[in-house]
Amino acid sequence: MESNGEGASRIRREIEALKDEKARIEQKILDLEAQLQEEASLAHQQQQSESVCNGCFPSVSAADANLAHGLTADSIYRYSRHLLLPSFGVRAQSNLLKSSILVVGAGGLGSPALLYLAACGVGRLGIVDHDVVELNNMHRQVIHTEAYIGQPKVKSAASACRSINSTIQIVEHEQALRTSNALEILSQYDIVVDATDNAPSRYMISDCCVVLGKPLVSGAALGLEGQLTVYNYKGGPCYRCLFPTPPPATACQRCSDSGVLGVVPGIIGCLQALEAIKIASDVGEPLSGRMLLFDALSARVRIVKIRGRSLQCEACGENTTFNQQHFKDFDYEKFTQSPLSTSPPKLKLLAPDSRITSKEYKERVVSGEPHVLVDVRPEHHYKIVSLPKSLNIPLTSMEARLPEISSALKEQEEGTGSGANLYVICRRGNDSQRAVECLRNMGFDLAKDIVGGLESWANDVDPNFPMY
Amino acid sequence: MEVKTEGDNLPAATTVVKDVPSVQIKVLFFAKARDITGLNELSMEVSSGSTTQDCLNKVVAKFPSLDEIRHCIVLALNEEYTTESAVVKEKDELAIIPPISGG
Ligand SMILES: [Zn+2]
Repeated sequence: MESNGEGASRIRREIEALKDEKARIEQKILDLEAQLQEEASLAHQQQQSESVCNGCFPSVSAADANLAHGLTADSIYRYSRHLLLPSFGVRAQSNLLKSSILVVGAGGLGSPALLYLAACGVGRLGIVDHDVVELNNMHRQVIHTEAYIGQPKVKSAASACRSINSTIQIVEHEQALRTSNALEILSQYDIVVDATDNAPSRYMISDCCVVLGKPLVSGAALGLEGQLTVYNYKGGPCYRCLFPTPPPATACQRCSDSGVLGVVPGIIGCLQALEAIKIASDVGEPLSGRMLLFDALSARVRIVKIRGRSLQCEACGENTTFNQQHFKDFDYEKFTQSPLSTSPPKLKLLAPDSRITSKEYKERVVSGEPHVLVDVRPEHHYKIVSLPKSLNIPLTSMEARLPEISSALKEQEEGTGSGANLYVICRRGNDSQRAVECLRNMGFDLAKDIVGGLESWANDVDPNFPMY
Repeated sequence: MEVKTEGDNLPAATTVVKDVPSVQIKVLFFAKARDITGLNELSMEVSSGSTTQDCLNKVVAKFPSLDEIRHCIVLALNEEYTTESAVVKEKDELAIIPPISGG
């Protein structure tokens, strides 16, 4: 009989081998899907050219009947429920099939938007994203499946769209949208859907749509609220008309920090698909000059009339000189004081002697050093997971709770007779620096922060420590 | 200043002497404004003839942290676009709507 150690390592080896095999099979599936897609589009083209040829002959084939509106027999069957709608019908469906829509972001908003846009028969559907699928996306980014974790979102989303509708063209733009490539990418489409998650991208996409004259369907969701507007549509306002001054970086919240109820971006993303479909098929009244506000907790939807195009707008106003060259040279990260990527900023407030690494902290715990560990995250974060014996004092209430830190330090010192150290930790190592700065100003000269917070603890010390 | 939150059904304890007649309005908070104030809405009494800007000043005075976002909001009066010089009337609803950028 093998010992426990041997057994565990044998199982680990087996898991690794199986994982390798799984990755190989998944790659093979992807390759085959791409191949299938190519074959399908070839067959589709062939079918189209054949039906055109058929039209040359005075045939009585049913296929001829399709020619007037350009819908094939398959299309008629696939989209029959659209065609049956008197206010939509053949005309709107034909418009849709001839249209092209670009969705920027295959995340919480982009997932449902893409699924519906693919299903409804948009002729050419583009997807821009540079992220990979992660486990903490799955609760809201419903286009992705667990099998795609670690793979590019664009690949995953494109494959899902193709499996819903193999008759439309899906274009993958596996890159981050920047001023250097935005004009080239957006100019290939009729309509742009902003499904991004940060302020600089929103200004950049709106400006790009203004210089290219494209309508923009803009959605956003955070926490339990969502917003939706159509910008730059038939003389309507652009994003800058509404928000000429960007919000301060401190007011920009990300889902990765503030959280979001998964279904909320789902609802807004569906509404984005709806607005894009209305514009593409030329039916109804797009949400231009109005903003929809969705409040999940109170189950309330409000539609607020917003201002029209601003004559003073820097992007679309009367005397603006904003053009493609200005756009290319514009620094959106500087303008909004926040990064285009979703990665959280890394603060460097403190001198190295005011900080220790998570590994060093671990050593000090093991050596039995008398100390107090203050966790400055909000209480609801602390409830998710925390280090043993840590004291939760959220950054926002720290000044009022300094006596608690003093008494905890005293308690540590009592047993040993020597001074106790004070360490501060947070989720990623930004707030802990702010806290240490504040503590040092208040006379806690020994306060040090743990570089990289619990994230580095999970990465460098305890791989089993749950991260969120 | 006379401020009370919604749900507080007691009549406003206003002074009996009213040189300037006042109007009661409701301020609605969205997104970041909701986080800062901790409120969805707020009933507020302002002197009649007050503009939306006066009302906004009053709200910012009560919640100073709102100042950082006051230049990046959509302001709507009774669900219609409004300028800061519009005069508010009894029972008006003033919505403070900062943009959300998440997704
Ligand atoms: Zn504009």
